Amino acid sequence: MKLPRWFHRFGSAPYVYGLAGLLSPWVGGIAVLLIAAGTYGGLVLAPADYLQGDSFRIIYIHVPSAYVSMMAYVILAVAAAIGFIWRLKLAHAVAVSIAPIGASFTFLALATGAIWGKPTWGTFWQWTDPRIMFELLLLFLYLGYMALRAAFEDRDKADRVSAILGVVGVVNVPIIHYSVIWWNSLHQGPTIARLDGPTITLDMLAPLLIMIAGFTFCFAWLLLSRLQGEIVRREYATRWLRELLAGSPG
Amino acid sequence: MTPRRRRMVLVGLVLAGIVVSAALALRAFQLNLQYFFSPTQVAEGEVADARNFRLGGMVLEESVVREEGSLTVSFVVTDYLHSVPVEYTGVLPDLFQEGKGVVTLGRMEPSGRFVAEQVLAKHDENYMPPEVAEALEQAREREQL
Repeated sequence: MKLPRWFHRFGSAPYVYGLAGLLSPWVGGIAVLLIAAGTYGGLVLAPADYLQGDSFRIIYIHVPSAYVSMMAYVILAVAAAIGFIWRLKLAHAVAVSIAPIGASFTFLALATGAIWGKPTWGTFWQWTDPRIMFELLLLFLYLGYMALRAAFEDRDKADRVSAILGVVGVVNVPIIHYSVIWWNSLHQGPTIARLDGPTITLDMLAPLLIMIAGFTFCFAWLLLSRLQGEIVRREYATRWLRELLAGSPG
Repeated sequence: MTPRRRRMVLVGLVLAGIVVSAALALRAFQLNLQYFFSPTQVAEGEVADARNFRLGGMVLEESVVREEGSLTVSFVVTDYLHSVPVEYTGVLPDLFQEGKGVVTLGRMEPSGRFVAEQVLAKHDENYMPPEVAEALEQAREREQL
């Protein structure tokens, strides 16, 4: 199988570097607007929950973080697979750039979950809860991917070996999602992604969806700037980058 | 086979292998991965009774009895098929309510009573403002009349 012709433009470092720089302020601006709107909607406009009161509002950070932590891993795995199969260095660069961002969102999901757990469940942490365990495994997968890369001197070798770990770990993502359905869990079942429609009223759901979109743009923004950094790290000896850096002010 | 095709097959095989082994492992550990056991699982003897385990279900309506002058509470955990009476001494979480989910950690006494060391509230996936909850409650009552 061959990659489509248009895709090969993304194999060109100067093109991707320029594109990332061009998109970055727009993506970042949209992220700031959406997160500001979602925060106002979630903290001010949405009503308190009938059972949990105001403590349910942590949903507006917890759910978007958890969503991005899983989405980011899927993108990492796809990028790593493309990099491994088609020997596309920039695909590996994308995977490398995602790992610390994904780890941060995973940590945020775990931390906000613990903070939410205390007033509602009565506990910060339960080692034997399947949802908590598999989300923690996701954090270790991100950290493991970064640690494995750091163990190699040679970047090409690090790319190839870490890609396998990245691809293999993607199995964990559906397990996280279905953990509350397959097993008894302290964590409640799905609220939005269910066949019979969301079990949350619209005035509470709308800010949540805005926050999820905002976190997704925020992730893209962070990815674009990290990707630029990764390209500079990989291409610092090349002529195009020296010319670009020499030509830029300051 | 080109090297690229070979790598593609390799990635596919590794992924397929991992999916199959993960599925087998998760099936094998099915019981150990359960965070809690339901009263029906307890009644069917799926739990070895000598050790501590978690019992989860709904707090039966009008079953919560507080002992005067102490922190001891007794209530019935049910999955609406089987029920287990539970006794607990301590502070209950704020969301502990009749008709809501609960997970308790403790051990079964020979008398069939479950003595809990820890009680956690398990809230469900429904989120709504108090007015909506009230309206739903009224509609349910009207239906029952």
